[in-house]
Amino acid sequence: MLVAGIKSRPVYSGLNIDPNARRHLFALEGEGALALLDQVKSAGQDFLEKTEILYVATGSRAEDHDRKLAALNPHDLWTAPTIPVLLNRFNAVLGQAKMGTRMYVSGTEGFIGQAMQVAMNHGVDQASIFTEHRGSAARRVQCVHCKGITDSVRTSPFTCTHCGLSLLVRDHYSRRIGAFQGVCIDAEEPGTAPPPEELFP
Amino acid sequence: MNITFKTETFRNDFTFRNSPEAIRRFPFPFHDDKYMYAVNMEPHVPAGPPGHAYNNPIDVDEHYVSEMRDREQVLKEDPLRYQALPHMMAAQWDTLELLMEHQAASYPEHFSLTKDGGNWHWINRPLGIDQKFTFGDAASLPMEPLEFITRQAQGDFVIVDQRDNNLWCDAGMVTTQADWSLDFDIGMNFMEWHGPVPLAHEMGVFDRALKFLLNLQLGKPVRRLNWTMTINPRLDTSPENYHKWGRDRMTVTPENVGNKVHLRCELQSLWRLPRSNAILFVIRCYLIKMEELVTVPKWGRRFHRVLRDLPPELIDYKGLTRYRPTTVEWLSKYDDGQPTSPGIFPE
Repeated sequence: MLVAGIKSRPVYSGLNIDPNARRHLFALEGEGALALLDQVKSAGQDFLEKTEILYVATGSRAEDHDRKLAALNPHDLWTAPTIPVLLNRFNAVLGQAKMGTRMYVSGTEGFIGQAMQVAMNHGVDQASIFTEHRGSAARRVQCVHCKGITDSVRTSPFTCTHCGLSLLVRDHYSRRIGAFQGVCIDAEEPGTAPPPEELFP
Repeated sequence: MNITFKTETFRNDFTFRNSPEAIRRFPFPFHDDKYMYAVNMEPHVPAGPPGHAYNNPIDVDEHYVSEMRDREQVLKEDPLRYQALPHMMAAQWDTLELLMEHQAASYPEHFSLTKDGGNWHWINRPLGIDQKFTFGDAASLPMEPLEFITRQAQGDFVIVDQRDNNLWCDAGMVTTQADWSLDFDIGMNFMEWHGPVPLAHEMGVFDRALKFLLNLQLGKPVRRLNWTMTINPRLDTSPENYHKWGRDRMTVTPENVGNKVHLRCELQSLWRLPRSNAILFVIRCYLIKMEELVTVPKWGRRFHRVLRDLPPELIDYKGLTRYRPTTVEWLSKYDDGQPTSPGIFPE
Protein backbone atom coordinates (compact mmCIF):
# COMPACT_ATOMS: atom_id res chain seq x y z
CA MET A 1 0.00 0.00 0.00
CA LEU A 2 3.00 2.34 0.33
CA VAL A 3 3.30 3.51 -3.23
CA ALA A 4 6.19 5.68 -4.36
CA GLY A 5 5.14 8.96 -5.94
CA ILE A 6 1.60 8.95 -4.59
CA LYS A 7 -0.36 11.57 -6.53
CA SER A 8 -2.26 12.99 -3.60
CA ARG A 9 0.89 13.82 -1.66
CA PRO A 10 2.05 17.43 -1.86
CA VAL A 11 5.50 18.17 -3.27
CA TYR A 12 7.67 20.33 -1.01
CA SER A 13 9.99 22.02 -3.42
CA GLY A 14 12.05 24.04 -0.96
CA LEU A 15 12.27 27.63 0.28
CA ASN A 16 13.39 30.28 -2.14
CA ILE A 17 13.48 33.94 -1.10
CA ASP A 18 11.20 36.00 -3.31
CA PRO A 19 13.17 39.16 -4.17
CA ASN A 20 9.97 41.07 -5.00
CA ALA A 21 8.14 40.44 -1.73
CA ARG A 22 7.51 43.44 0.51
CA ARG A 23 7.38 41.23 3.56
CA HIS A 24 8.51 37.68 4.31
CA LEU A 25 6.51 35.58 6.76
CA PHE A 26 8.10 32.35 8.01
CA ALA A 27 6.30 29.63 9.97
CA LEU A 28 8.99 27.21 11.10
CA GLU A 29 9.02 24.12 13.25
CA GLY A 30 12.01 22.21 14.69
CA GLU A 31 14.60 21.55 12.03
CA GLY A 32 12.69 23.89 9.74
CA ALA A 33 14.83 26.68 11.25
CA LEU A 34 17.74 25.27 9.25
CA ALA A 35 15.85 25.83 6.00
CA LEU A 36 15.84 29.56 6.73
CA LEU A 37 19.46 29.56 7.90
CA ASP A 38 20.41 27.92 4.59
CA GLN A 39 18.53 30.65 2.71
CA VAL A 40 20.58 33.31 4.49
CA LYS A 41 23.72 31.56 3.26
CA SER A 42 22.56 31.59 -0.35
CA ALA A 43 20.38 34.72 -0.60
CA GLY A 44 22.25 37.02 1.77
CA GLN A 45 20.96 38.96 4.79
CA ASP A 46 19.06 41.80 3.13
CA PHE A 47 15.62 40.21 3.25
CA LEU A 48 15.80 39.76 7.03
CA GLU A 49 14.85 43.36 7.79
CA LYS A 50 11.48 42.67 6.13
CA THR A 51 11.07 39.26 7.79
CA GLU A 52 8.75 37.99 10.49
CA ILE A 53 9.52 34.52 11.92
CA LEU A 54 7.18 32.35 13.94
CA TYR A 55 9.09 29.45 15.43
CA VAL A 56 8.29 26.39 17.53
CA ALA A 57 11.13 24.10 18.58
CA THR A 58 9.15 20.91 19.39
CA GLY A 59 11.55 17.94 19.19
CA SER A 60 14.66 20.03 18.44
CA ARG A 61 14.56 22.09 21.62
CA ALA A 62 18.05 20.89 22.58
CA GLU A 63 19.52 22.24 19.34
CA ASP A 64 18.96 25.91 20.27
CA HIS A 65 17.75 26.79 16.80
CA ASP A 66 15.79 29.70 18.32
CA ARG A 67 19.08 31.32 19.38
CA LYS A 68 20.44 30.93 15.86
CA LEU A 69 17.31 32.56 14.46
CA ALA A 70 17.57 35.44 16.96
CA ALA A 71 21.20 35.97 15.93
CA LEU A 72 19.98 36.76 12.41
CA ASN A 73 18.32 39.84 13.87
CA PRO A 74 15.13 39.63 11.78
CA HIS A 75 12.46 42.32 11.98
CA ASP A 76 10.31 40.04 14.19
CA LEU A 77 10.96 36.70 15.86
CA TRP A 78 8.33 35.06 17.99
CA THR A 79 8.70 31.61 19.52
CA ALA A 80 5.75 29.44 20.49
CA PRO A 81 5.73 26.70 23.14
CA THR A 82 3.64 24.29 21.02
CA ILE A 83 2.39 23.86 17.45
CA PRO A 84 -1.26 24.82 18.22
CA VAL A 85 -0.07 28.08 19.79
CA LEU A 86 2.06 28.85 16.73
CA LEU A 87 -0.84 28.09 14.37
CA ASN A 88 -3.06 30.41 16.37
CA ARG A 89 -0.54 33.21 15.97
CA PHE A 90 -0.01 32.39 12.28
CA ASN A 91 -3.77 32.69 11.80
CA ALA A 92 -3.84 36.10 13.48
CA VAL A 93 -0.84 37.37 11.49
CA LEU A 94 -2.42 36.23 8.20
CA GLY A 95 -5.60 38.04 9.16
CA GLN A 96 -3.64 41.30 9.13
CA ALA A 97 -1.26 40.49 6.29
CA LYS A 98 -0.97 42.96 3.43
CA MET A 99 -0.50 42.54 -0.31
CA GLY A 100 3.03 41.57 -1.14
CA THR A 101 3.49 39.21 1.80
CA ARG A 102 5.26 36.00 0.85
CA MET A 103 4.82 32.91 3.04
CA TYR A 104 7.39 30.23 3.79
CA VAL A 105 6.65 27.08 5.81
CA SER A 106 9.20 24.50 6.91
CA GLY A 107 9.33 21.61 9.37
CA THR A 108 7.81 18.15 9.60
CA GLU A 109 5.10 17.17 7.15
CA GLY A 110 2.39 17.27 9.82
CA PHE A 111 3.34 20.84 10.71
CA ILE A 112 3.43 21.95 7.07
CA GLY A 113 0.02 20.39 6.49
CA GLN A 114 -1.53 22.22 9.43
CA ALA A 115 0.05 25.57 8.50
CA MET A 116 -1.23 25.13 4.93
CA GLN A 117 -4.74 24.54 6.30
CA VAL A 118 -4.56 27.83 8.18
CA ALA A 119 -3.40 29.61 5.01
CA MET A 120 -6.08 27.88 2.93
CA ASN A 121 -8.76 29.22 5.27
CA HIS A 122 -7.52 32.72 4.42
CA GLY A 123 -7.94 31.95 0.73
CA VAL A 124 -4.21 31.75 0.06
CA ASP A 125 -3.34 29.72 -3.04
CA GLN A 126 -1.28 26.73 -1.92
CA ALA A 127 1.01 27.08 -4.90
CA SER A 128 2.05 30.56 -3.73
CA ILE A 129 3.57 29.26 -0.48
CA PHE A 130 7.15 28.00 -0.36
CA THR A 131 7.45 24.78 1.64
CA GLU A 132 10.38 22.65 2.71
CA HIS A 133 10.23 19.36 4.59
CA ARG A 134 12.82 19.23 7.38
CA GLY A 135 13.21 16.89 10.33
CA SER A 136 11.44 13.66 11.06
CA ALA A 137 9.42 11.73 8.47
CA ALA A 138 6.71 11.11 11.10
CA ARG A 139 3.21 11.44 9.72
CA ARG A 140 -0.02 13.04 10.81
CA VAL A 141 -2.75 10.46 10.25
CA GLN A 142 -6.52 10.58 10.28
CA CYS A 143 -8.37 7.42 11.30
CA VAL A 144 -10.94 6.84 8.54
CA HIS A 145 -13.21 5.10 11.05
CA CYS A 146 -13.50 7.52 14.00
CA LYS A 147 -12.00 10.55 12.12
CA GLY A 148 -9.60 11.22 15.00
CA ILE A 149 -6.17 12.60 14.09
CA THR A 150 -2.96 11.23 15.58
CA ASP A 151 0.22 13.30 15.28
CA SER A 152 3.82 12.12 14.88
CA VAL A 153 3.06 8.59 13.75
CA ARG A 154 6.35 6.74 13.16
CA THR A 155 5.12 3.23 12.57
CA SER A 156 2.67 1.30 10.47
CA PRO A 157 0.51 -0.16 11.78
CA PHE A 158 -0.08 2.09 14.78
CA THR A 159 -2.83 2.24 17.37
CA CYS A 160 -5.37 5.04 16.85
CA THR A 161 -5.08 7.28 19.92
CA HIS A 162 -8.84 7.89 19.77
CA CYS A 163 -10.65 4.61 19.00
CA GLY A 164 -7.86 2.07 19.58
CA LEU A 165 -8.06 0.30 16.21
CA SER A 166 -4.81 -0.87 14.68
CA LEU A 167 -4.32 1.27 11.58
CA LEU A 168 -2.34 0.79 8.40
CA VAL A 169 -0.97 4.14 7.21
CA ARG A 170 -2.01 4.51 3.59
CA ASP A 171 -0.08 6.59 1.10
CA HIS A 172 -3.08 8.82 0.49
CA TYR A 173 -2.97 12.42 1.69
CA SER A 174 -5.71 15.00 2.17
CA ARG A 175 -4.55 18.61 2.13
CA ARG A 176 -7.92 19.72 3.44
CA ILE A 177 -7.44 17.58 6.54
CA GLY A 178 -3.65 17.92 6.49
CA ALA A 179 -3.18 14.21 7.14
CA PHE A 180 -2.59 10.75 5.69
CA GLN A 181 -5.33 8.14 5.86
CA GLY A 182 -5.26 5.33 8.42
CA VAL A 183 -7.34 2.20 7.75
CA CYS A 184 -7.94 -0.75 10.10
CA ILE A 185 -5.31 -3.36 9.23
CA ASP A 186 -6.96 -6.44 10.73
CA ALA A 187 -10.60 -5.73 9.84
CA GLU A 188 -10.92 -8.98 7.91
CA GLU A 189 -9.38 -11.13 10.65
CA PRO A 190 -9.45 -9.19 13.95
CA GLY A 191 -6.44 -9.82 16.17
CA THR A 192 -4.02 -10.53 13.33
CA ALA A 193 -2.38 -7.09 13.10
CA PRO A 194 1.35 -7.46 12.39
CA PRO A 195 3.82 -5.79 14.78
CA PRO A 196 4.43 -2.08 14.14
CA GLU A 197 7.28 -1.35 11.77
CA GLU A 198 9.12 1.97 11.97
CA LEU A 199 8.53 3.34 8.48
CA PHE A 200 8.57 7.09 9.23
CA PRO A 201 11.64 7.77 11.43
CA MET B 1 -43.28 1.15 -17.46
CA ASN B 2 -44.62 0.36 -14.03
CA ILE B 3 -41.94 -0.92 -11.69
CA THR B 4 -42.86 -3.09 -8.73
CA PHE B 5 -40.55 -1.96 -5.97
CA LYS B 6 -39.21 -4.64 -3.65
CA THR B 7 -38.83 -4.44 0.09
CA GLU B 8 -35.40 -5.83 0.92
CA THR B 9 -32.26 -5.15 2.97
CA PHE B 10 -28.60 -4.52 2.18
CA ARG B 11 -27.39 -5.18 5.73
CA ASN B 12 -28.02 -7.52 8.68
CA ASP B 13 -30.31 -10.21 7.19
CA PHE B 14 -29.43 -9.28 3.56
CA THR B 15 -32.72 -10.11 1.87
CA PHE B 16 -31.67 -8.45 -1.42
CA ARG B 17 -32.37 -10.57 -4.52
CA ASN B 18 -32.63 -9.82 -8.24
CA SER B 19 -35.78 -10.89 -10.08
CA PRO B 20 -35.18 -12.80 -13.36
CA GLU B 21 -35.89 -9.51 -15.21
CA ALA B 22 -33.39 -7.64 -13.05
CA ILE B 23 -30.74 -10.24 -13.87
CA ARG B 24 -31.26 -9.77 -17.63
CA ARG B 25 -30.98 -5.98 -17.31
CA PHE B 26 -27.75 -6.11 -15.27
CA PRO B 27 -24.94 -4.01 -16.81
CA PHE B 28 -22.36 -6.79 -17.11
CA PRO B 29 -19.01 -4.99 -17.27
CA PHE B 30 -16.88 -7.32 -19.41
CA HIS B 31 -17.01 -7.20 -23.18
CA ASP B 32 -14.06 -9.55 -23.40
CA ASP B 33 -12.81 -12.69 -21.59
CA LYS B 34 -10.03 -10.70 -19.92
CA TYR B 35 -9.88 -7.40 -18.07
CA MET B 36 -7.45 -4.51 -17.74
CA TYR B 37 -8.01 -0.83 -17.00
CA ALA B 38 -9.10 1.32 -19.86
CA VAL B 39 -10.73 4.72 -20.15
CA ASN B 40 -13.54 2.88 -22.03
CA MET B 41 -15.94 5.82 -22.28
CA GLU B 42 -18.85 5.74 -24.69
CA PRO B 43 -21.72 8.14 -25.33
CA HIS B 44 -24.41 7.68 -22.69
CA VAL B 45 -27.25 7.09 -25.11
CA PRO B 46 -30.09 4.57 -24.76
CA ALA B 47 -28.85 1.08 -25.68
CA GLY B 48 -29.31 -2.60 -24.99
CA PRO B 49 -32.24 -4.97 -25.24
CA PRO B 50 -35.63 -3.77 -23.91
CA GLY B 51 -35.57 -3.31 -20.15
CA HIS B 52 -31.75 -3.07 -19.91
CA ALA B 53 -30.12 -0.67 -17.45
CA TYR B 54 -28.89 1.32 -20.47
CA ASN B 55 -32.44 2.11 -21.67
CA ASN B 56 -32.86 5.33 -19.68
CA PRO B 57 -30.28 8.02 -18.91
CA ILE B 58 -31.02 7.88 -15.16
CA ASP B 59 -31.99 4.31 -14.38
CA VAL B 60 -34.59 3.45 -11.74
CA ASP B 61 -35.16 -0.23 -10.94
CA GLU B 62 -36.96 -2.60 -8.59
CA HIS B 63 -34.46 -1.89 -5.79
CA TYR B 64 -35.16 1.86 -5.73
CA VAL B 65 -37.21 2.18 -2.56
CA SER B 66 -35.06 -0.18 -0.51
CA GLU B 67 -31.85 1.49 -1.68
CA MET B 68 -33.20 4.87 -0.60
CA ARG B 69 -34.08 3.44 2.82
CA ASP B 70 -30.54 2.11 3.13
CA ARG B 71 -29.11 5.54 2.23
CA GLU B 72 -31.29 7.15 4.88
CA GLN B 73 -29.88 4.78 7.47
CA VAL B 74 -26.27 5.41 6.42
CA LEU B 75 -26.79 9.19 6.68
CA LYS B 76 -28.39 8.85 10.08
CA GLU B 77 -25.28 7.05 11.36
CA ASP B 78 -22.75 9.22 9.49
CA PRO B 79 -23.94 12.59 8.15
CA LEU B 80 -20.48 13.24 6.62
CA ARG B 81 -21.38 10.96 3.70
CA TYR B 82 -23.08 14.00 2.23
CA GLN B 83 -20.90 17.11 1.85
CA ALA B 84 -20.75 20.09 -0.47
CA LEU B 85 -18.20 22.90 -0.45
CA PRO B 86 -19.82 26.37 -0.36
CA HIS B 87 -19.01 27.37 -3.95
CA MET B 88 -21.00 24.40 -5.33
CA MET B 89 -24.53 25.76 -4.88
CA ALA B 90 -25.16 26.47 -8.59
CA ALA B 91 -24.00 22.94 -9.41
CA GLN B 92 -26.33 21.57 -6.73
CA TRP B 93 -29.32 23.16 -8.49
CA ASP B 94 -28.08 21.93 -11.86
CA THR B 95 -28.02 18.41 -10.45
CA LEU B 96 -31.45 18.65 -8.90
CA GLU B 97 -32.88 19.79 -12.22
CA LEU B 98 -31.14 17.06 -14.20
CA LEU B 99 -32.25 14.23 -11.93
CA MET B 100 -35.82 15.46 -11.55
CA GLU B 101 -36.25 15.99 -15.28
CA HIS B 102 -34.87 12.59 -16.26
CA GLN B 103 -36.71 10.65 -13.58
CA ALA B 104 -39.99 12.36 -14.47
CA ALA B 105 -39.50 11.92 -18.24
CA SER B 106 -38.51 8.25 -18.07
CA TYR B 107 -40.90 7.14 -15.30
CA PRO B 108 -44.00 9.36 -15.44
CA GLU B 109 -45.98 6.79 -13.41
CA HIS B 110 -43.66 7.31 -10.49
CA PHE B 111 -42.34 10.87 -10.69
CA SER B 112 -43.69 14.18 -11.89
CA LEU B 113 -42.19 17.63 -12.22
CA THR B 114 -44.30 20.70 -12.99
CA LYS B 115 -42.71 24.09 -13.58
CA ASP B 116 -44.45 27.43 -13.43
CA GLY B 117 -41.60 29.87 -13.94
CA GLY B 118 -39.45 29.52 -10.84
CA ASN B 119 -42.18 27.70 -8.93
CA TRP B 120 -41.58 23.98 -9.20
CA HIS B 121 -43.70 21.07 -7.99
CA TRP B 122 -42.05 17.68 -7.55
CA ILE B 123 -43.93 14.48 -6.79
CA ASN B 124 -42.15 11.26 -5.93
CA ARG B 125 -44.85 8.61 -5.53
CA PRO B 126 -42.71 5.59 -4.51
CA LEU B 127 -41.25 7.55 -1.58
CA GLY B 128 -44.39 9.58 -0.86
CA ILE B 129 -42.79 13.00 -1.36
CA ASP B 130 -44.76 16.01 -2.60
CA GLN B 131 -42.63 19.17 -2.60
CA LYS B 132 -43.33 22.65 -3.92
CA PHE B 133 -40.28 24.92 -4.01
CA THR B 134 -38.69 27.87 -5.75
CA PHE B 135 -35.87 26.86 -8.08
CA GLY B 136 -32.67 28.55 -6.91
CA ASP B 137 -33.95 29.34 -3.41
CA ALA B 138 -32.34 26.91 -0.99
CA ALA B 139 -34.62 28.06 1.82
CA SER B 140 -37.62 26.62 -0.04
CA LEU B 141 -36.37 23.04 0.39
CA PRO B 142 -36.03 21.13 3.67
CA MET B 143 -32.30 20.58 3.01
CA GLU B 144 -29.65 21.52 0.44
CA PRO B 145 -30.81 20.76 -3.13
CA LEU B 146 -28.15 18.12 -3.76
CA GLU B 147 -28.96 16.26 -0.57
CA PHE B 148 -32.70 16.55 -1.24
CA ILE B 149 -32.54 15.00 -4.71
CA THR B 150 -29.83 12.41 -4.06
CA ARG B 151 -31.90 10.98 -1.20
CA GLN B 152 -34.31 10.18 -4.05
CA ALA B 153 -31.97 8.85 -6.73
CA GLN B 154 -30.11 5.55 -6.89
CA GLY B 155 -26.31 5.61 -7.02
CA ASP B 156 -23.60 7.77 -5.54
CA PHE B 157 -23.18 11.31 -6.83
CA VAL B 158 -20.06 13.42 -7.01
CA ILE B 159 -19.97 16.90 -8.47
CA VAL B 160 -16.61 17.93 -9.81
CA ASP B 161 -15.76 21.55 -10.34
CA GLN B 162 -13.67 22.50 -13.36
CA ARG B 163 -10.91 25.09 -12.91
CA ASP B 164 -7.15 25.44 -13.54
CA ASN B 165 -7.37 22.74 -16.22
CA ASN B 166 -8.29 20.20 -13.58
CA LEU B 167 -11.36 18.64 -11.98
CA TRP B 168 -12.03 19.03 -8.26
CA CYS B 169 -14.13 16.71 -6.14
CA ASP B 170 -16.10 19.43 -4.37
CA ALA B 171 -19.49 17.93 -3.47
CA GLY B 172 -21.06 14.51 -3.14
CA MET B 173 -23.52 12.01 -1.75
CA VAL B 174 -21.60 8.80 -1.24
CA THR B 175 -23.21 5.90 0.62
CA THR B 176 -22.77 2.93 -1.76
CA GLN B 177 -19.09 3.25 -2.46
CA ALA B 178 -16.43 0.69 -3.21
CA ASP B 179 -14.09 1.65 -0.40
CA TRP B 180 -13.36 5.35 -0.88
CA SER B 181 -14.13 8.19 1.50
CA LEU B 182 -15.83 11.40 0.37
CA ASP B 183 -14.93 13.02 3.69
CA PHE B 184 -11.23 12.35 3.05
CA ASP B 185 -11.22 13.06 -0.67
CA ILE B 186 -13.44 16.15 -0.86
CA GLY B 187 -11.51 19.12 -2.25
CA MET B 188 -8.98 16.93 -4.07
CA ASN B 189 -8.23 17.21 -7.76
CA PHE B 190 -8.67 14.38 -10.26
CA MET B 191 -5.15 12.93 -9.91
CA GLU B 192 -5.13 13.26 -6.14
CA TRP B 193 -8.37 11.45 -5.48
CA HIS B 194 -7.36 8.61 -7.79
CA GLY B 195 -3.94 8.52 -6.07
CA PRO B 196 -4.30 5.06 -4.51
CA VAL B 197 -5.34 3.27 -7.73
CA PRO B 198 -2.45 0.99 -8.83
CA LEU B 199 -1.11 0.65 -12.40
CA ALA B 200 -3.54 3.06 -14.03
CA HIS B 201 -1.43 6.22 -13.45
CA GLU B 202 1.58 4.60 -15.11
CA MET B 203 -0.60 3.47 -18.01
CA GLY B 204 -1.64 7.07 -18.59
CA VAL B 205 -5.29 6.19 -18.02
CA PHE B 206 -5.98 9.17 -15.78
CA ASP B 207 -4.17 11.66 -18.02
CA ARG B 208 -6.31 10.57 -20.95
CA ALA B 209 -9.51 10.47 -18.90
CA LEU B 210 -8.90 13.97 -17.53
CA LYS B 211 -8.19 15.41 -20.96
CA PHE B 212 -11.37 13.78 -22.25
CA LEU B 213 -13.54 15.01 -19.38
CA LEU B 214 -12.31 18.60 -19.48
CA ASN B 215 -13.87 18.73 -22.95
CA LEU B 216 -17.15 17.05 -22.02
CA GLN B 217 -20.03 18.78 -23.83
CA LEU B 218 -23.40 19.85 -22.49
CA GLY B 219 -26.12 17.42 -23.63
CA LYS B 220 -23.59 14.73 -24.53
CA PRO B 221 -23.13 12.62 -21.40
CA VAL B 222 -20.73 9.66 -21.44
CA ARG B 223 -20.62 6.40 -19.53
CA ARG B 224 -18.25 3.65 -18.53
CA LEU B 225 -18.48 0.53 -16.42
CA ASN B 226 -16.27 -0.29 -13.47
CA TRP B 227 -16.46 -3.28 -11.17
CA THR B 228 -15.36 -4.97 -7.99
CA MET B 229 -16.75 -7.74 -5.81
CA THR B 230 -18.62 -7.64 -2.54
CA ILE B 231 -19.40 -10.31 0.04
CA ASN B 232 -23.10 -10.19 0.91
CA PRO B 233 -25.27 -7.67 -0.93
CA ARG B 234 -23.93 -4.77 1.12
CA LEU B 235 -24.25 -1.34 -0.46
CA ASP B 236 -22.33 0.51 2.24
CA THR B 237 -18.84 -0.91 1.74
CA SER B 238 -17.28 2.33 2.93
CA PRO B 239 -13.81 2.61 4.42
CA GLU B 240 -15.50 4.28 7.40
CA ASN B 241 -17.21 0.97 8.23
CA TYR B 242 -14.52 -1.38 6.92
CA HIS B 243 -13.78 -2.60 10.47
CA LYS B 244 -17.41 -3.78 10.59
CA TRP B 245 -17.79 -5.40 7.14
CA GLY B 246 -14.19 -6.53 6.46
CA ARG B 247 -14.68 -9.84 8.27
CA ASP B 248 -17.40 -10.81 5.75
CA ARG B 249 -14.51 -11.66 3.42
CA MET B 250 -13.56 -14.55 5.74
CA THR B 251 -16.98 -16.19 5.50
CA VAL B 252 -16.89 -17.53 1.94
CA THR B 253 -16.99 -21.35 1.64
CA PRO B 254 -17.45 -23.61 -1.42
CA GLU B 255 -21.04 -24.16 -0.21
CA ASN B 256 -22.11 -20.50 0.06
CA VAL B 257 -20.23 -18.88 -2.88
CA GLY B 258 -23.32 -18.72 -5.08
CA ASN B 259 -25.35 -16.75 -2.57
CA LYS B 260 -22.67 -14.73 -0.74
CA VAL B 261 -20.30 -13.58 -3.46
CA HIS B 262 -21.52 -10.67 -5.59
CA LEU B 263 -20.22 -8.98 -8.68
CA ARG B 264 -20.53 -5.27 -8.05
CA CYS B 265 -20.83 -3.18 -11.16
CA GLU B 266 -20.65 0.59 -11.28
CA LEU B 267 -22.41 2.26 -14.16
CA GLN B 268 -20.63 5.59 -14.18
CA SER B 269 -22.18 8.41 -16.18
CA LEU B 270 -20.74 11.89 -16.54
CA TRP B 271 -22.77 14.97 -17.34
CA ARG B 272 -21.72 18.54 -18.07
CA LEU B 273 -23.93 20.87 -16.01
CA PRO B 274 -25.38 23.96 -17.70
CA ARG B 275 -25.06 26.85 -15.21
CA SER B 276 -22.04 25.89 -13.14
CA ASN B 277 -20.00 24.24 -15.92
CA ALA B 278 -19.26 21.53 -13.34
CA ILE B 279 -19.52 17.81 -14.13
CA LEU B 280 -21.95 15.47 -12.42
CA PHE B 281 -20.43 12.06 -11.87
CA VAL B 282 -23.08 9.40 -11.23
CA ILE B 283 -21.72 6.15 -9.81
CA ARG B 284 -24.61 3.73 -9.88
CA CYS B 285 -23.98 0.42 -8.13
CA TYR B 286 -25.57 -2.84 -9.27
CA LEU B 287 -25.14 -6.09 -7.35
CA ILE B 288 -25.60 -9.61 -8.67
CA LYS B 289 -25.07 -12.92 -6.86
CA MET B 290 -22.88 -15.56 -8.47
CA GLU B 291 -25.87 -17.92 -8.63
CA GLU B 292 -27.86 -15.20 -10.42
CA LEU B 293 -24.97 -14.36 -12.77
CA VAL B 294 -24.55 -17.92 -14.02
CA THR B 295 -28.19 -18.08 -15.14
CA VAL B 296 -26.81 -16.21 -18.16
CA PRO B 297 -24.38 -18.84 -19.55
CA LYS B 298 -22.26 -16.30 -21.42
CA TRP B 299 -21.66 -14.30 -18.25
CA GLY B 300 -20.79 -17.40 -16.20
CA ARG B 301 -18.16 -18.48 -18.72
CA ARG B 302 -16.72 -15.05 -19.19
CA PHE B 303 -16.56 -14.02 -15.55
CA HIS B 304 -14.82 -17.30 -14.72
CA ARG B 305 -12.10 -16.44 -17.26
CA VAL B 306 -11.76 -12.82 -16.19
CA LEU B 307 -11.43 -13.66 -12.49
CA ARG B 308 -9.06 -16.57 -13.10
CA ASP B 309 -6.64 -14.46 -15.18
CA LEU B 310 -6.79 -11.17 -13.26
CA PRO B 311 -3.42 -9.36 -12.73
CA PRO B 312 -2.17 -9.71 -9.12
CA GLU B 313 -2.17 -5.94 -8.46
CA LEU B 314 -5.87 -5.77 -9.23
CA ILE B 315 -6.65 -8.78 -7.04
CA ASP B 316 -5.04 -6.96 -4.12
CA TYR B 317 -6.48 -3.50 -4.88
CA LYS B 318 -10.00 -4.80 -5.28
CA GLY B 319 -9.67 -6.81 -2.06
CA LEU B 320 -10.41 -10.17 -3.69
CA THR B 321 -7.41 -12.06 -2.28
CA ARG B 322 -9.18 -14.18 0.33
CA TYR B 323 -12.12 -15.50 -1.64
CA ARG B 324 -11.03 -15.41 -5.28
CA PRO B 325 -9.73 -19.02 -5.45
CA THR B 326 -12.96 -20.41 -3.96
CA THR B 327 -15.02 -18.31 -6.36
CA VAL B 328 -12.96 -19.26 -9.43
CA GLU B 329 -13.31 -22.93 -8.50
CA TRP B 330 -17.08 -22.57 -8.13
CA LEU B 331 -17.41 -20.66 -11.42
CA SER B 332 -15.32 -23.23 -13.32
CA LYS B 333 -18.33 -25.58 -13.24
CA TYR B 334 -20.15 -23.05 -15.43
CA ASP B 335 -17.37 -22.67 -17.99
CA ASP B 336 -17.54 -25.38 -20.66
CA GLY B 337 -14.75 -23.77 -22.66
CA GLN B 338 -17.11 -22.59 -25.42
CA PRO B 339 -16.35 -19.23 -27.06
CA THR B 340 -18.34 -16.23 -25.81
CA SER B 341 -20.21 -13.85 -28.07
CA PRO B 342 -19.02 -10.23 -28.45
CA GLY B 343 -20.48 -7.44 -26.30
CA ILE B 344 -21.81 -7.27 -22.76
CA PHE B 345 -25.47 -8.13 -23.32
CA PRO B 346 -26.91 -11.60 -22.59
CA GLU B 347 -27.41 -14.00 -25.51
